[in-house]
Amino acid sequence: MTVSSDLDRRFRDAAASQGLLDVAYDLVDTPVGRLLVAVTDHGLCEISYDPDLEREEEQLARNFGARVLRSPKPTDETRRQLDEYFAGKRRDFDLAIDLRPARDFGRTVLHELARVPYGELTTYGALAARAGRPRAARAVGTVMNRNPVPIVLPCHRVVGSTGSLVGYGGGLDRKRTLLELEGALRPLDS
Amino acid sequence: MRVPPFERFYEEQQNVVLAQLRRMLGRDAADDAFQETFLRALRAYSTLEHGRHLRAWALTIARNVALDALRRERVTSAELPDLESADEPLPYEELKRLTAELPQKERAAVFLRYGYDLSYDDIGAALGSSSEAARQATSSGVRRLRRKEQQ
Repeated sequence: MTVSSDLDRRFRDAAASQGLLDVAYDLVDTPVGRLLVAVTDHGLCEISYDPDLEREEEQLARNFGARVLRSPKPTDETRRQLDEYFAGKRRDFDLAIDLRPARDFGRTVLHELARVPYGELTTYGALAARAGRPRAARAVGTVMNRNPVPIVLPCHRVVGSTGSLVGYGGGLDRKRTLLELEGALRPLDS
Repeated sequence: MRVPPFERFYEEQQNVVLAQLRRMLGRDAADDAFQETFLRALRAYSTLEHGRHLRAWALTIARNVALDALRRERVTSAELPDLESADEPLPYEELKRLTAELPQKERAAVFLRYGYDLSYDDIGAALGSSSEAARQATSSGVRRLRRKEQQ
């Protein structure tokens, strides 16, 4: 006995439209690979590269509640804005972001990160200073590495004080791709 | 044992739930009941204290949804064929019409016995009772239909 895709989709839509979910998520195909995009009542709560679904679901359940379901509709607006961003037609994301699991310094840093403009680079040290702890560059690196919503919160725009890319949760190739898309880096082969 | 993310629960229980609903309601009505079953599960999901016996929990909700659906159906009854000597399972529509006014548990039991040719063990499992209780509900339903026919 297999549930038809139509019946399955109707349930997933109804669960979201009746407001019964803690988290709705879906997979979104982009030029930097397939992303998991997750949304709560408070806004976008997670974007993951190379998602392992069962692990992501467990983590979302711990952070936001066990009613985690794949349900495309609530993620539509994020998907649309990501499509526009990758098509070069959007510079700023206009999305509510759910940072409830972030604490104290991490949350402050992520708020500062949100203000780094499209196409510009900043450094870990500069971001630490703007968050009120100028000597905490290393801690800022940790916050970047755990950024729950990469791309939308632009940790790819944060580089080392010498200009080296340093690191990226999704891998340096993706960091380079995003910065090239924004015109902040010349393509390597040019 | 922790309560799993709902997605895992849904993926793991959807096929057995749909199978039970089709046995009890037929194919079309089972689709509506399927959605209602998992919406009810979602509404109650936050109150679960552990992740044990989730299949039994899902099937209990499905059974309640199906019994509600059977209760809602009000179809005028007509003459009764001799259920116990029929060789073939009766057509779903005919059985539905005949049993419309039975108490819900007897109706479900008669349905499963004569519409789907299930054993009393299976009927008991579907209704959450013993096979002896399933046999009694079935024969009590049949007696009630006979009395009605003789009126």
